[in-house]
Order: sequence, then structure tokens, then C-alpha cells
Amino acid sequence: MAGKSGREIIAEQPFSWKHLLLRWESMLILLLVVVNIMNIAISDKYWSVTGLFRATNSFLNIAFMVLPMCFVLVLGDIDISVGSILAFSATMLGVTYNAGAPMIVAVLVALLTGTVCGCINGVIATQFTELNPMIITFGTQVVYRGLCEIILGDQSTGGLNNVMWFSNLYWGKFGGVVPYMFIVFVLCAIVFGIVQHKTTFGRRMYAIGANREAARYSGINVQGTRFVVYVITGLFAGVAAIFTAASMGSINNAVGKGTEMDAIGICVLGGILTDGGKGNFIGAMISVFLLGLLEYGLGLVNVSSNVMLVIKGALLVISVMIPNLKINVKKKKIA
Amino acid sequence: MASEYVLELKEITKIFPGVKALDKVSFQLKAGEIHALMGENGAGKSTFIKVITGVHKADGGEMYLNGEKVDFKGPNDSQAAGIAAIYQHVTAYPHLSVAENIFMGHEKVKHGMIQWKEMYAEADKLLAQLNADFKSTAEMGTLSVAQQQMVEIAKALSSNAKIIIMDEPTASLTKNESENLYRIAEKLRDEGASIIFISHRFEDMYRLATRVTVFRDSKYVGTYDVDKISNADLITAMVGREIKDMFPKPEIQLGEEVLRVENLSREGFFKDVSFSVRKGEILGLTGLVGARRTEVIQTIYGVEKLDSGKIFLDGKEVKIKNPRDAIKNGIGLLTEDRSNLGLILDWGIGRNITLTEIEKYGNKVFTNDKAERAAAKQLAEEVDTKAVSIFDKVSTLSGGNQQKVAVSKILASDLKVLIMDEPTKGIDVGAKAEIYDIMGQLAQRGYAIIMISSEMPEVLNMSDRIIVMCEGKITGELSREEATQEGILKYAMAKSLKNTAEN
Amino acid sequence: MKNMENKSILKKITGSREVILLLIVAVLAIFIEIKSGGVFFQLDNLNGMFKNYAVDFVIAIGMMLVMLTGGIDISVGSTLALSGMCASLIFRDHQGLPIIAVFAIAVAVGLCCGLLIGTVISYGKVPPIIATMGCMNAFRGATYLVAHNEWVAAMDFTESYKNFAQKSYLGFGIVNNLLVIVIILYVIFYCILKWTPAGRKIYAVGSNAEAAAVSGINVRKVKTICYVILGGLTGLAGGMFTSLYASAQGNMGEGLEMDCIAACVVGGVSMTGGKGNIVGVFLGALVIAIIGKGLPLIGVSQFWQKAIKGVIILVFVILNVLVQRSVDKAALKRREI
Repeated sequence: MAGKSGREIIAEQPFSWKHLLLRWESMLILLLVVVNIMNIAISDKYWSVTGLFRATNSFLNIAFMVLPMCFVLVLGDIDISVGSILAFSATMLGVTYNAGAPMIVAVLVALLTGTVCGCINGVIATQFTELNPMIITFGTQVVYRGLCEIILGDQSTGGLNNVMWFSNLYWGKFGGVVPYMFIVFVLCAIVFGIVQHKTTFGRRMYAIGANREAARYSGINVQGTRFVVYVITGLFAGVAAIFTAASMGSINNAVGKGTEMDAIGICVLGGILTDGGKGNFIGAMISVFLLGLLEYGLGLVNVSSNVMLVIKGALLVISVMIPNLKINVKKKKIA
Repeated sequence: MASEYVLELKEITKIFPGVKALDKVSFQLKAGEIHALMGENGAGKSTFIKVITGVHKADGGEMYLNGEKVDFKGPNDSQAAGIAAIYQHVTAYPHLSVAENIFMGHEKVKHGMIQWKEMYAEADKLLAQLNADFKSTAEMGTLSVAQQQMVEIAKALSSNAKIIIMDEPTASLTKNESENLYRIAEKLRDEGASIIFISHRFEDMYRLATRVTVFRDSKYVGTYDVDKISNADLITAMVGREIKDMFPKPEIQLGEEVLRVENLSREGFFKDVSFSVRKGEILGLTGLVGARRTEVIQTIYGVEKLDSGKIFLDGKEVKIKNPRDAIKNGIGLLTEDRSNLGLILDWGIGRNITLTEIEKYGNKVFTNDKAERAAAKQLAEEVDTKAVSIFDKVSTLSGGNQQKVAVSKILASDLKVLIMDEPTKGIDVGAKAEIYDIMGQLAQRGYAIIMISSEMPEVLNMSDRIIVMCEGKITGELSREEATQEGILKYAMAKSLKNTAEN
Repeated sequence: MKNMENKSILKKITGSREVILLLIVAVLAIFIEIKSGGVFFQLDNLNGMFKNYAVDFVIAIGMMLVMLTGGIDISVGSTLALSGMCASLIFRDHQGLPIIAVFAIAVAVGLCCGLLIGTVISYGKVPPIIATMGCMNAFRGATYLVAHNEWVAAMDFTESYKNFAQKSYLGFGIVNNLLVIVIILYVIFYCILKWTPAGRKIYAVGSNAEAAAVSGINVRKVKTICYVILGGLTGLAGGMFTSLYASAQGNMGEGLEMDCIAACVVGGVSMTGGKGNIVGVFLGALVIAIIGKGLPLIGVSQFWQKAIKGVIILVFVILNVLVQRSVDKAALKRREI
């Protein structure tokens, strides 16, 4: 049954420089350059291999939560419990170690804790689809943080840095130059990027985010996919917990507070919007470094953490608002 | 001097991004008349209503109320001017009481306080006028569609509107309920209201209206006296051409039975539905709104759970728990709701077409863009999609071309049975003929096709066999030869006919 | 016929959510009373409970309005801190101000916060959870900023301000002032929501925003106003908070959003909007207050509170879904084919 008119449809993507340059990611790269120039101007020690790695090490532990958060947001879901999962995993790690278990066991316990928390989120979110994941993860956020408080009270669990290899996860450097954490992060990021853009799993995530019902009608296992993503998110909150624990050496019940906003904010600024099915992984990764280096630079000039809070909060809201305003302008133009 | 018309619209134009929804449309409503407004799906009737009520702002043209030019800024203005509309999709507040639904926006207020007792009493009075069988304290969400419709009418009554617009009010009503509605409409007219009555059903028009205006493809076609225009002429006015040559159904030798369902039931929706379809056959599944045809095929496709019943493919029983199982077993669905269930409007044509079968082009883990693009191109060309590139967003296409993309999407899978739910809904006449052509060719290729349709000509001309449903049950089966419009309607209204007889 | 009507009324009463909630409250209170050896029902204890949780009661009203429109606000803790802090700072530097002016300042700051949030959500189309998450952090940072990381201590307040939360001159010497405010607010909002067109508009928007727009209701405006009211109430609560604890600290009100959302969820406010009432919210807040005040009485550590509240939120949210499902199923069963 060939088409009657014999009309041909083009199957090659047209390439245009204009299109490439007008992309959101290009804009982010530009901003990244600006931030770097700013940091160079602030500190003469910044623009060196050690300086740069010192800067990246200040934020990459949290960035592990950005990787799966990209998936969550692409699905059109949200998970605001990651900060609490981080805290709970780190608490379990500390408690297990201080109970006399070898550090490797403690690390595995942290990963397991994160995974179980993710499973709980996933089960509730997929069994009760009537519920907005926002309220579910709000609830579990409170519970996970509450568990930390039960376990730790107002004490902290410390001494973690007595184990050299554990401390080195954060502080150690490969060949004395490249931090181990940086290497692990880059490897993880590559895997996540490939999954998001080059696999059937990734394509299905985008379909679910763009139109969940249409995805279901196309034979996609919507709830299964969502469950897997929630579990991965929990697992990586556990990973972030390990690096955070390694950096701090001791854990109290306030660890990781507000990091869910960091993770979500980075994704949103990177173009992965909260309405699902939008944006790409590269944007989020540029955004990790953009925001991280910005915060590092502001820290160098002694901008207080309070100002940082205000900036981060405002940035989150504004970066969600901009695309909406852009759409409005476009609509007006057509009319 | 006041004008002869209570409402007059001149050359109204409304443009949505990319579409001209109304193109210089005119309309005149006399005092105390019931005026039918007819036209196919997508002719622009609903948009037109929303322009009158001020929900949409017209991009061109003028509107006169009792000879005076008016310019409604929003629905509040039209309400104040005495225009009330009953929309096609019931616009109710499900959590609130019936009385509140009726009086929302013009509550009975004394000293700034809502007078609940008065409101309930007043609402009950209105409902009594309409012979309603429920109380005004009931929660809206617990009522049936017909009952909710009644509330909408009561709402229009309560505002003492002089002009009442009813958008497809009988679509979901039984014969008895429709008859009740006719009486109400006539009573309103006798009390001095003017009514615009939009309907697909010819019987509504003949029963009620004195004049009829026809829209086609967003344009005004003409206004006629109901008793002076013949059925055939009216159809020609609506469709724009003789209807016969639209259905190029080829003669096909029917093969073996492919799909058979036995005693399918789903509580609250349908019961004991059994039918079968053969290779190369087009099985028409028809009925009025509320017959639950879509619900039946949704369970066959695995979207909804089946309570009991069996599904056989090529004689073997299969279990279908979700759409994946259905597709694996060779059952494909072209949904009725293209833009929400069938396609991802934000995506390009190509990605939409290959979505179901991504693994086929790459492997289980990785995608293969090159193979996907080639396949998408071929499939889109096969159904003659009018598009420049496979990267065109589906949302930029016309309804007909979107439907073609949806068809190529299901053709990407290895299927034996195609279920097409209202395949020509909301697409223009030219594209309709093309879709029929494609359906014929697909049957010729050996697909077994189940076509759900409410459009009589489509059902009569495309089907080899017709099954009629009424309120969740199969009430009749007709062969192509014995099928007539009257015969189908008799089965489609079997239940309300029976009720009438009993009364 | 008469008999049947009686029966349906009886069914209505026992089937209503508020009655079930009332039972839960009673059982909970009696349980704690027995376990604590008769401490709970002592007048001092009850007065203290209402005093300490007055802030939650007040904010829960606003939270309900926002949730009725299908939104949520997790920034209330920070809004409370910012407004309470601003008012306290001004009061510290101008000791001559009357108490009412201090509250007015707090309310004004709260209103501004609410207006900002509401505008961003309804006109900037930012999802409520994102907008309020951003504001939660921004307002918290701003609180520390305006206070220069310091806190306003008890000695900076006048006696009359500190006494306001302890005395009961508004309540004829019997009922604590803060509780009087709570009662007045609940009565006012009960009336507004039940008997004024404006109140019903909120329900209309939450129940079916599209229909509301078609019938001429300005949906964005209604939503914005709900956030503004919540902001105003939170501001008022900020004043109450600083008076109660006789100090203003940067971290005050942390975790407050949890209590208020829990109160609403327990009180039967639907997460999707359109459903919920003020009586339910009052009882919901009462449950939270009893748990908060009662658990320490029976020897449960304060560190358990958070986890318990989280579980309560989840359980009630899920219960709501299960109830709705069974209602839907029953409706289908009744449908004849």
C-alpha cells in the first residue's frame, strides 16, 4: 500500500548553527564561562588543576542525587525525600560502623538503606497512582528524617574518618591529582547519560513524561518504569550519603537538609522541567557545575550561606518561571 | 427600532494557533424560536458557542443583542446579558451539592450571607419542574450523566436567561429523557426564551426546531426552514458532497476467525459481551453514547481489568493484562482520543510511529535512530501523511494527518486485529475518505478490523457485519445486507424502547 | 417512611468523617489520660496544649484554603520565621509600639510573602511544590539576613508583649489569649466558607477549575488570594510565636509545614482540591496537638514525634484513596446493566 501521491517525507534531521546556538544548553555553557571568569578574578589559586578539583569536590557529593533526579523529573514525577534518604543512609552507616561492624559493611548498609527507602517511595507511588508523588515523598521525607532523629536524638555518630580508605573516598586523589569522587561521578554520569538518551528505557521515560496515558496505550510498562526510577533515586541518595559521610566524618540528624532543593533546582535550571518529558541530561550536567562553581566562588568572597539560600531559592523559582513566560510571549506573537 | 433578531452575529472569525476555527460565520436568532445548529464534528459549533458566551474572544466580526452591539469580555458579561449555555461536556463541580451547582455565581444572598434553605428550596422547585428524581442536597459527583445534564438545565433556568444555548444535550440521554428535555425546551420557548439547539440527531431537529443553520469546515453554509428542506439536502449541506462515493469499500473474501470474545463482563460497565471477527472482515460496533463500546474494547486491549470472560486468538485462549500483552498477541488499538491517548503531540512524527516497537529497530537495551527513522519514513509515506519531515511535531498537523500518524503507529507492530475507535472523529471530510480508503486496504491485506463508530453512514457503508450495543449489552447483530439506519437505531435504543413499552 | 428518614440521618451522622475524627480524638485523649496517670485532662495541661499549638491551628486554616484549590505550601515555617523576626526586630528598636502594631507588622510581612508565592504560582505557572520549596529556603535565608544571624531575646521584649501569650484577658480570664484568637478565626472562616459566595468560589475552583473559568470566576485571582490569606495567617502566627516563646530565632517554625499539612490531611482535606471543611481541619489539628503534647506525657521521646507525624500523613493520605476507591466501586455495583 504505497501512498497514492508518492509524496516523500524527509528523514534526516536538518542541521543549523542557529538552532544549536539558541539552545538552552548553549546559554548554560555561556553562563558557566562567566562564572569561571568571575572565580578566576576572585582567586588566583582557582585556575589550576588542584584549584578546580578543590572547587568541584565541594559540591559533587550532592550531585550524585542529580543523576537520578533527572530521570524522576523526565517521568513527570518528583521526589522531595532524597535529602532525608541521604540523612537516613548516612545515619545507618555511622551507627553500623560504631556498633563495631567493618566499614565496608557499613557502606553496604547505607546503600541498602537508600534502596529500601526508594522502594517504599516507589511502591506507594505506583500502587496509589491517584496520589501526587509530591505528597507521597513529602510524607516519606518526614518519616525518614524522623527515623534519623529517633536513632541519633541530638547526638552525632562520628569517628568515621578513622578508616583511611573511607575518608579517601572523598579526600583521596588518584595519582595525587584527580579526586576519586570526581572519577566515580564522571563514570556514573556517563552511564546515566547513555541510559537517558540512547536506550529504550530512556525513550520510554520520555514518553511517560510527555503523556503517561499515551505511553500506557503504546504498551509501555509505566508503573514498572516509575518504580525502577524511584529505587535508583533511593540508591543514589545512599551513594551521596557515603561521600557526604566521608567528607564530614561524623553524622547528625540535620545532615543533607535542603539538598533535595539543590538537586531539583539543578535539574530545572538545566532544562529538565517539572512537567515531564522535557530537557536533556547534558543541560543538567552543565547546571551541576554552573551552580556548584557559583556557590564555591561566592563562598570565596565570604558571601554568607544565608545569601546563598536566598539566591538558590530565587533561582529555582525563576528558572521554572522563565520557560512559562517564554511560551506566553510566543502565544501573543501568534495572536 | 429594535431588531427582529434577539441575537445576531456577523462575520465572526476566531483563530487558534495554526487553525482557523471560525471563518466569517454569521447567525441570526429570532425571539421565541428554537433554532437548530448543525454540522459535523469540527465544523466549529462549540467554538461558536464559546464566542457567544464570551469564553473565547472573537478575532473578527460583530455581535448584536436586541439590535445593540455588544462586546463580551468574559462569561460574566454574557450571563449578565441573559445568555446561558449548557455545554457538551458537563461542567459541574463534583464535590458540591446540586443546589450549589445551580446557583454558582448567583447565589441567594442576604446581608452577605448565603441563604442555604432558600437555595435548596428554590433548587428543588426547579428540579421538580424538570421532573427530576433527585434532591438538590445530593452531591453532584454521585449523579448520572443524564441527571447532571438536568442540573445544567436547571442552572440555565435559575438565571432567568432569555437566550439559552444547548450544546448536544441529548447525546447522552435515553429516549425517555430526551422526550422530557423536548418538553422542557418547548416550555421555555413558550415562556419567551429563545433557544439555540446544537445536535447531531436529526430527530431532535425535526421534533423541536423551526429553523436550522448549518456550519461546515468552520464556515457558514446556510440557514433553512426545517419543514422546507429535505433530509438529503441537509446532509449535502453538512458534508459538502454526495455521501455515496466516500466509501470505497473493496470486496474481500473473508478468512478464518481471528479473534473471538466470550461473555466479557466488567462490573458497572458491560455484561456478557460475545462476538468474533474474521480475517479481512470489518466488524462495525455501534450504539448511542453510553452504550459502553469503548469500555469493551479497552478491556480487550488490556487497559482496564476484565471481571470475567474469555478472549481467544486463532482459537487459543489468551490472557491480556495490559496493552503490552495485547500488542504481543497481535491486537492493536487506534484510540478515539488521539491527542490524549494515541499520540504524544509534543513529539515528532517519527518518534511517535516507532514508540511502540523501539526494540524492533535497535535491541532490547539500546535504540537505533537510523533504523527508526527509515522505518518511520516508510510507514508515514505508506498512509500518505502530509508532512515535510518526520521531525515535524504532531501538534502542528491537521486532525486527519494526526490520525494517519496514529494509523502508521499501529502498523509498526505485527498485528492481526486492528481495533479502530471512531476512526474519523474530528477530521475533515477529505481526510475521512482517505481514512476509509486506508481501512479498506488494510482489510484487503488480511487484518481483522473492529470499527467502533457512531456515524451512521460510516457504519452502514464500511462494515461487513454490524453489532449494536445498548447500555453495556449487545442488543443486535446485522449483516451488511440487512442493515438499515432504522434497524440499527431500534437495537441501539432497545432498552429505552422496552422501558417505554412497559410504562 | 418516617422511619427510613431517621435511619438515613443516623447513617449520615455515623458515616460522616467528622464524627469518626471526633471518636479518634476522644480515644487518643482517653488513652493518653490513662497512660499518663490522669495528667492529660488537667486544666493546666489542656491550656498549655492549646497555647503551644495555637500557631498550628491558625496556619492550618490557611493551609486548608490553599489545599482546597489543589495547591500546597511547604514554606509556612519560613514565612512564620521571617514575619516573626521582622516584627520582633522592629519592636526591639521601638519599644513604645503597642502590641497590636507588632502583630500588624507580622501580618503585613506574611501577606507580602503570600502574595509573592501566590503570584509566582498562579501567574508564573510554577508548580506549588517548587515555588514554595524555593520560597522556603529564600525566606529562611532572609530571616537570618535581616537578623544578622542574631536572635531577639526575652529581655528585648516588653513585659506586656511576653504576657500576651500567657494571659487570658481576651478570654475573660479563663481562656488563653492565643486560644481566643484561634476560636475567633475558626468561627470567621467557618462562616466565610459556608455562607459567603467568596468562600464557595474557593470550593468551585478546587472542584473544577475549568468549569469555574467558564462560569466567570477568575481562577488565578482566587488561587492567589488563598496564598495571600495563608501568608497573612502565618504572619499572625509569627507574632503569636514570638510572644509565646518570648524570643525570635532564625530557626523558629522549622518543620511547621509538616504539622499543618498533617492537620489538613487528617481533617479530610483532599490533596486534589475541592474537598474539606473547617471542622475537619480543627479536629485534625487537635489530633496533631494531642499527639505532640501527649506523647511526652506517656514517656515517648520527643525524637519520635517527627516519624510518627510522617506516618500519620502517609496513612491518612492512603486511607483517603482507599475510601474513595471503595466508594467508586460501590457506585459501579449499583449501576444496572
